[in-house]
Amino acid sequence: MSPPAAPPRSTARPSFWLAVGTLWWRELLHFYRHRSRVLGALGTPVVFWLLIGSGIGTSFRPAAASAQMNYLEFFFPGTVILILLFTSIFDMMSVIEDRREGFLLSVLVAPLPRSCLVLGKMLGGTTLALAQGLLFVFLAPAVGIELQPLRLLLVAGVLFLIAFALAGVGFVLAWQLDSVQGFHGVANLFLIPLWLLSGALFPPAGASGWVRWIMKVNPLTYAHEALRAALYWNAGALGEGPPLGPAVGVTAAFALLAGAAAFWVASRPLTGNSG
Amino acid sequence: MSQTPAVEVANLTHRYATRTALENVSFSVAAGEIFGLLGPNGGGKTTLFRILSTLLLPSQGEARVFGDDVTRRPLAVRRRLGVVFQSPSLDRKLTAAENLRHQGHLYGLRGKELSQRTRELLARLGLADRADEAVEKLSGGLRRRVELAKGLLHRPDLLLLDEPSRGLDAGARRDLRAHLSRLREAEGVTVLLTTHLLDEAEGCDRLAILDRGRLVAEGTPRGLKKTIGGDVVVLETQEPERLRAQIQERFGGHPTVLDGRVRFERPQGHRVITELVEAFPGQIQAVTLSKPTLEDVFIQKTGHRFWEEEQAEPTR
Repeated sequence: MSPPAAPPRSTARPSFWLAVGTLWWRELLHFYRHRSRVLGALGTPVVFWLLIGSGIGTSFRPAAASAQMNYLEFFFPGTVILILLFTSIFDMMSVIEDRREGFLLSVLVAPLPRSCLVLGKMLGGTTLALAQGLLFVFLAPAVGIELQPLRLLLVAGVLFLIAFALAGVGFVLAWQLDSVQGFHGVANLFLIPLWLLSGALFPPAGASGWVRWIMKVNPLTYAHEALRAALYWNAGALGEGPPLGPAVGVTAAFALLAGAAAFWVASRPLTGNSG
Repeated sequence: MSQTPAVEVANLTHRYATRTALENVSFSVAAGEIFGLLGPNGGGKTTLFRILSTLLLPSQGEARVFGDDVTRRPLAVRRRLGVVFQSPSLDRKLTAAENLRHQGHLYGLRGKELSQRTRELLARLGLADRADEAVEKLSGGLRRRVELAKGLLHRPDLLLLDEPSRGLDAGARRDLRAHLSRLREAEGVTVLLTTHLLDEAEGCDRLAILDRGRLVAEGTPRGLKKTIGGDVVVLETQEPERLRAQIQERFGGHPTVLDGRVRFERPQGHRVITELVEAFPGQIQAVTLSKPTLEDVFIQKTGHRFWEEEQAEPTR
C-alpha cells in the first residue's frame, strides 16, 4: 500500500447560523414538495371556517358584543390559530421521520451543538405557519376586519410568537414519540381540545365554570386574545379577555418556555434506537 | 504525516440496561488503512460505531480519533469524521446536489468551495448526470453513492461506514468497493467499516473480528487465515460425534462437530483424506477440503458458526 498523499484539508469552519439557515431552508423545501401538506394545513381550517362560520351565521350572539357579529367574523382569528396549529405542529412531525430515516443522525454527528438543529427546525416550522396564517389573514377584509399596514405588522408579530410556541410544543412531542400515529393521537387528544377551549369557537362568558377555568390557564386563550386584539387594534374586541399588552406578554412567555423545553429535551440522548 | 493512529480504542466496554454490548475491546487503526469490523449481528459492531461517531458515551474505556477523545472532545472528533449510517440519511424529496449543499452547510462549507467540491465528488462517484434528480428516483446503489459523497464532502480524515453494502446487490456492492478504494487513493482518507459479510471483509487491509462484544481476532485477512495452519477438512457422516472421537483418538488435533459435520484443520489436508477414508470405511459420506476462509477463522476463535445468531434476528 502506498502511503496516502496528505489530504487537502478544508479550511472551512462550522458556522452555527449557516447550519441553522440550511436546516430552516430544508423545512421550507420539504413542505413545498409535499403538496398535500400545504393543502391539509391551510385547507382544512379554511373549510372548517366556511362551514361552521356560515352554518352558525347570525344565530350566534355573544353577550358582550356591542353590535351583532356574524360567526364568520367571530371565528376568523380562531381559524388563523388553527392554521398555525396544524402547520407548525404537523411540520414538527418531520422530526420523527428524520429520525426514522437516518437524516437526524447525520445532523447529530456534524460538528455543531444540538441547539442548532432545534433552532433550524423550529424556525422552519414557524416560518411555514406564519406564511400560511398571513395568507389567510389577507382575507380579513372579506369579513369586515380592516387591515392597515401597521396593524398587519403587529398581527405578523403576534403570529410569529404563537407559531414559534406551537413549533416548540410540536418539537418536544416529536422528540419523545417514535411513531407518527402516536404523534397524531397526542395532538388530537391534547392540542385540538386546547384550541377548542381557547375562545376560538366560543367566548368564555357563557361557558360553564370548569371550562372557564381551563380557558383561563390555557396559553392558547391568550394567544387567541392577542391576535383578536391585534386584528381589531383593541377596538372591536369582545372586552372579555386581557387587553393586547398582557395577552402578548403571556404569548411571548409561552413561546419562550416552549422553545426552552425543546432545547432541553434535545440536549438529552436520543431514545428508541439502541442497537 | 504524523504517526497518530486514526483510531485508537482501549479497554472499551459498553453496557446497555440488560446486556453488555462491548467488553474490554482494544485495537487501533493506522492512518490510510481500510479497516473492517467484522462480526455477526449483535456482535457489538453498531455499538462501537456509535461510540466512535460520538453518538454514544461508552460505559468504560477510551476511544480516540486522531488523538482526540470521543467523549471529551466530541466536536473536534466530529470535524474529522465523515459518517455513513446504515439507515439512509438522504432527504428523498431533495435532489442529490441539494442534499450535498445542505450537508456542506452543516460543516461550514459554502459558496464556490462548496459547489466545486460537490461537482468534484459527484463526478468522481459517477453521479454527475444524476445530480439534479430527486433522490427518491435513484436506485439503491446510486443512493449509497450519494451517501458516500455526503460523508466525504467536508474532506474528513476518517470515514466511518456502518454496513455499507446492506441492501445492495452483488453488482452494486462491487461497485461501492471499487469507489471506496479509489477514494482512499484520491482523498487520502482512512476508512473504518463494519460488516457482517465475509467477502466484504476480505477486501479490507486489516480486520478486527467481534463476537458477542468481545474482540476475538485482529489482523490482515491473509494473516488471520494463516493462523488456521493449513487446510480445512470437513466430513459428512451419519454419526458425527462418534467419528469425531475416533479421529481424535487416531489422528489427534482438535476435531469439532458443527452442524452435524466433523471439521478439523491440518497442514497438507489432502494427504490425510485417503487415510481417513481407509480408516473409517463406510462412515464418511462426503469430504470437503478447502483453504481456510475468514469464516474458518471465526469458527476457530469462537467455536460456533458465523451465521448462527443471524437466523434468530429478523432481517429488516
